[in-house]
Amino acid sequence: MADLSVKVAGVDFKNPVIVASGTFGYGREYEELFPLSVLGGISTKGTTGVKRTGNPSPRIAETPSGILNSVGLQNPGIDYFIANELPYLKTKDTTIVANIAGSTPEECAEVAKKLDSTDVDMIELNISCPNVKQGGAAFGTSCEGAAAVTRIVRNATKKPLMVKLSPNVTSIVDIAKAVEAEGADAVSLINTLLGMRIDINTRRPILKNNVGGLSGPCVFPVAVRMVWQVANAVGIDVVGMGGIATYEDAIEMMMAGAKAIQIGTVLFNNPYAAVDIVNGMNEWCDKNGVRNIGEISGTVKKW
Amino acid sequence: MKYTQGKYILVSKKTLAKEIYDFEILCPDIAEVAVAGQFVNVIADGYTLRRPISICGIDKEKGTIRIVFEVRGKGTKQIAKINEGEMIDILGPLGKGFPMDDYKTAITVGGGIGTPPMNEIAKHFGENCRSISGFRNAAAVILQDDLKSFGAETILCTDDGSMGRKGFVTEALKDEVNKKKPDVIYACGPNVMIKGVVDIAKEAGVPCFISLEERMGCGIGACLVCACRTVKNGEEYYAHVCKDGPVFNSEEVIF
Repeated sequence: MADLSVKVAGVDFKNPVIVASGTFGYGREYEELFPLSVLGGISTKGTTGVKRTGNPSPRIAETPSGILNSVGLQNPGIDYFIANELPYLKTKDTTIVANIAGSTPEECAEVAKKLDSTDVDMIELNISCPNVKQGGAAFGTSCEGAAAVTRIVRNATKKPLMVKLSPNVTSIVDIAKAVEAEGADAVSLINTLLGMRIDINTRRPILKNNVGGLSGPCVFPVAVRMVWQVANAVGIDVVGMGGIATYEDAIEMMMAGAKAIQIGTVLFNNPYAAVDIVNGMNEWCDKNGVRNIGEISGTVKKW
Repeated sequence: MKYTQGKYILVSKKTLAKEIYDFEILCPDIAEVAVAGQFVNVIADGYTLRRPISICGIDKEKGTIRIVFEVRGKGTKQIAKINEGEMIDILGPLGKGFPMDDYKTAITVGGGIGTPPMNEIAKHFGENCRSISGFRNAAAVILQDDLKSFGAETILCTDDGSMGRKGFVTEALKDEVNKKKPDVIYACGPNVMIKGVVDIAKEAGVPCFISLEERMGCGIGACLVCACRTVKNGEEYYAHVCKDGPVFNSEEVIF
């Protein structure tokens, strides 16, 4: 049995497998299938200052090896989360990362401030949701915007702060450096890639929002590349995500430079994917003489 | 709420009409807890998303469930390739079913591939059930013998009049409600049909429960993609077909 525990920005995770925000709700539904304590961590559904209703349906479309979604941050708001979801999650013996978002940097800061006095383990600031008109990716696609929202949220909380980056940018490395300079303790990447599908019979987009975020195995190579570039450019920890479906993918992502990984879309196909990946990593470590999974982070030897 | 995921044996496979398949699956843990109106989320090998398919029959003694589905696209085509004796990967039973205990007499209205979920309702109400089904034509008609086998009175409609009465199920429903008001109406089918049924039920003052369809992700209520506009206690919100439905009280749904 290898030691699968990892640290991200000083926060302990019992294994590197975190379920990604927006794919796992607040954990209640998957708990019917397995105990949440098997997870390294849970990144909870993106939560905003005020509750949000989200976008009209359809909100999902299948693509080759993936999906597009346009949920639009439907959530009950931070006060509801703190009162009704967080206390329950904290009894589950896994690390809780609160994913937060807002229409304005001030809303993000207000949410972060409210979380500051809770026992949430870490905050993940979403500056990359492609499905909302204000906020979301609007902050995350310029260095100035990313820096400004990181600064105000950093000042609002002492919690370890991870910033979730958008891949829909010219240089994700520059954005990562900008949020690092403003005091982010870690970055997570990638959020979804903006995409579109059209029904050729109706000549209408399948998504009612017209466009949505692409995720699933189809984005994996893009994610590996971006994680590798960012991990080589910043001093803070990187959490890698985007299309991870197997333990081999998870190990690959860690070798690219991730300290931990997140999985999402694969859960819709295999709801036990997190369990399978943790078990697979364990066996892989034993077979390859790896005593501590953390050893493999960033060990890819470039040509 | 109790669901499981696993690979189960497809014990029987039939074709009921063109591109309409009837699968019987041995899955005792799912059959044990399943109720009328719930669905299962089925793996289509090679595709990212599972396909939600409603449960048509539950045999708790044999430990089997029955699903009847139409090949609509590549995913359902892939599922239709699974052979008798092979394994089928399903997650279920999912969602909320039809509330039936408070009522003594019922009318079910099924349009096309919306008919299968009516089967278990007919089983529950037996002779106190009138089952209206509508299809494009005689070749597309399914499940009429099944509905009759439970003692339900069947009223068959086809668009072209090639079998049963000619015309839409909503006309037949009006006639049946006028003849004798049921305690409750259940419906599943195309949205335009459901809307018509809901209007008739409302006018007659009969409670109505409808089973809805939406593009789904996880199937269990975590990913929030299968949103359906609803209103409860005067407040509008997006409910989710997989967890809050697929069966809704028609008064709560905004069309």
